[in-house]
Amino acid sequence: MSERPNSYRTGPDERGRFGIFGGRFVAETLMPLILELEKAYDAARADPAFAADIAHLGTHYIGRPSPLYFAERLTEELGGAKIYLKRDELNHTGSHKINNCIGQILLAQRMGKTRIIAETGAGQHGVATATVCARFGLPCVVYMGAKDVERQAPNVFRMRLLGAEVIPVEAGAGTLKDAMNEALRDWVTNVDDTYYLIGTAAGPHPYPRMVRDFQSIIGDEAREQILAAEGRLPDLVVAAVGGGSNAIGLFHPFLDDKDVAITGVEAGGEGLEGDKHCASLTAGEPGVLHGNRTYLLQDDDGQILEGHSISAGLDYPGIGPEHSWLKEVGRVSYVPIGDEEALAAFQLLARTEGILPALEPAHALAHVAKVAPTMDKDAIIVMNLCGRGDKDVHTVASALDARELKAN
Amino acid sequence: MSRIKARFDALAEEGRAALVTFVSAGDPDLATSAAILDGLPHAGADVIELGMPFTDPMADGPAIQAASRRALDAGGSLAATLGLVRNFRKKDDTTPIVLMGYYNPIYHRGVADFLKAATDAGVDGLIVVDLPPEEDDELCLPAREAGLDFIRLATPTTDDARLPAVLANTSGFLYYVAIAGITGTASAAAADIGRAVARLKAATTLPVGVGFGVKTPDQAAEIARVADAVVVGSAIVDVIAKAEPGTAPAATHAFVKSLASGVRQARAEVAV
Repeated sequence: MSERPNSYRTGPDERGRFGIFGGRFVAETLMPLILELEKAYDAARADPAFAADIAHLGTHYIGRPSPLYFAERLTEELGGAKIYLKRDELNHTGSHKINNCIGQILLAQRMGKTRIIAETGAGQHGVATATVCARFGLPCVVYMGAKDVERQAPNVFRMRLLGAEVIPVEAGAGTLKDAMNEALRDWVTNVDDTYYLIGTAAGPHPYPRMVRDFQSIIGDEAREQILAAEGRLPDLVVAAVGGGSNAIGLFHPFLDDKDVAITGVEAGGEGLEGDKHCASLTAGEPGVLHGNRTYLLQDDDGQILEGHSISAGLDYPGIGPEHSWLKEVGRVSYVPIGDEEALAAFQLLARTEGILPALEPAHALAHVAKVAPTMDKDAIIVMNLCGRGDKDVHTVASALDARELKAN
Repeated sequence: MSRIKARFDALAEEGRAALVTFVSAGDPDLATSAAILDGLPHAGADVIELGMPFTDPMADGPAIQAASRRALDAGGSLAATLGLVRNFRKKDDTTPIVLMGYYNPIYHRGVADFLKAATDAGVDGLIVVDLPPEEDDELCLPAREAGLDFIRLATPTTDDARLPAVLANTSGFLYYVAIAGITGTASAAAADIGRAVARLKAATTLPVGVGFGVKTPDQAAEIARVADAVVVGSAIVDVIAKAEPGTAPAATHAFVKSLASGVRQARAEVAV
């Protein structure tokens, strides 16, 4: 991969691959279903009515476009590059997840599917899925690791209020990876009526591509907004990566702008030297899980490891395959940010801008706080503020309490 | 001739179906697993399917998920699985062994290295759940090249348009998954199975085995009347899970014996 491609935006190929990553590594029972999905999605993409439906709901239901906000006091505090925040936390349901859910539920409806299933980690995708299911009158089952059900109780309650059935998954460590296994088991059992609404830009083809397409509204808007505000493109765009859907959504429209540097921020947890992190790109190796080849946290035997992050939304041992490819070709750099740095960034944004970020974008912000002071004052950074922090208030409070206890 | 073909040819001669038994390698521990394997042929297993334990068995139900977990907790690994096969082959050079599992441990080890180690150990075939025909260049074609059979699953969602793709590079036998679902849960109706097997046999000369949801000797016998092989997995694994310490091999062999007698009597009863 030494030669630079003419465009970084042409993937995936007809086999659903980005370089060696991606693909369709699923059981035979699911193969006809994902082929049908690919066909339906291709047809929908070619239909202007589909795009019009998405745009209409985007404006009137989600609240798009989300603002691109110049964070003046944060910029002043850090004393370097100008920092712009893409405010996708202002979307209906409080995160970028709804962008993808609207696209996929419209597709499910076109396909005549009558039952929706989803997996969720922190519960943001579960809430967004439950929301669109309520809006379209479809029954919804959300699989959620038992441990996540416990630590994200408010989101579980929100999903139930929206009429979804939340099924705790006891298998494994009871986190996102196990929830995804269980959702796949449901899908393979209910092949006739069920649509699997995957929340991140991972899974078998065509999911990574489809989720990217639905999330690219973030980068399309941001590109236009920064041109309007500054008359030029940014020097750096930054987003947090768990599975990587908000990041690919922001990055993709900028991939061919060669003067724009791009950084994805992984969850470094308690540090990369141990196994308490989720930095699959920095510390993992290529492998095959959940339908695609991508970077994974795994042991010497190819067994998948449990990740750790203070952010339940980044707590996944894999990563979307397009990110793996962008790392390999060197177009995007990926860096880890630890729990402590994310907590500090959470407080920084709260105090300088009056915005509580979710712990996921707090990781991206921690990186911005590191690099902004090293950049010129006329340099421009665009960061995706992909979720709001209300859901994390308890996690942050108990982490800060614990730290104070330790200090005393 | 491969051990798989030799075994199916011999059973066709005898006029009965094969009993294919699944256990997870290293369940509940490596020594007990070796003892279970050693006694399977005598108990009536015609083909042994040996599960390669994996942390994320997405196509498996609770029984095999738990077996996989027990094996990993007891030190199971791909290397340990191949060690069990090597050990088995010292005593039995005719019973075919098919490894069944997921792609990542093989991919992580390296396909060429794995294929060499597997053939050296005495493995005859592979079933890798998450490698559909669309990904044949990953492992299926290199495995065939290395002389291993690559056994594919056909399912209720495999329609006539798709069947040729599924059959294209399949060898050894074709494994019909009788239900759309995970292992060890629902059972299919006998009439549906009969129709499905007839459809598959019209499209291939390979033996057709049927599995998923086969729990009792009677169910095994029912399938043995219409198919070339009966695959039993979760029900056997459940016996291992429930056995008192030290009794798993004997309990497993007794259960396999009851399944084998069901399979062996199936067509005799029809003849009477």
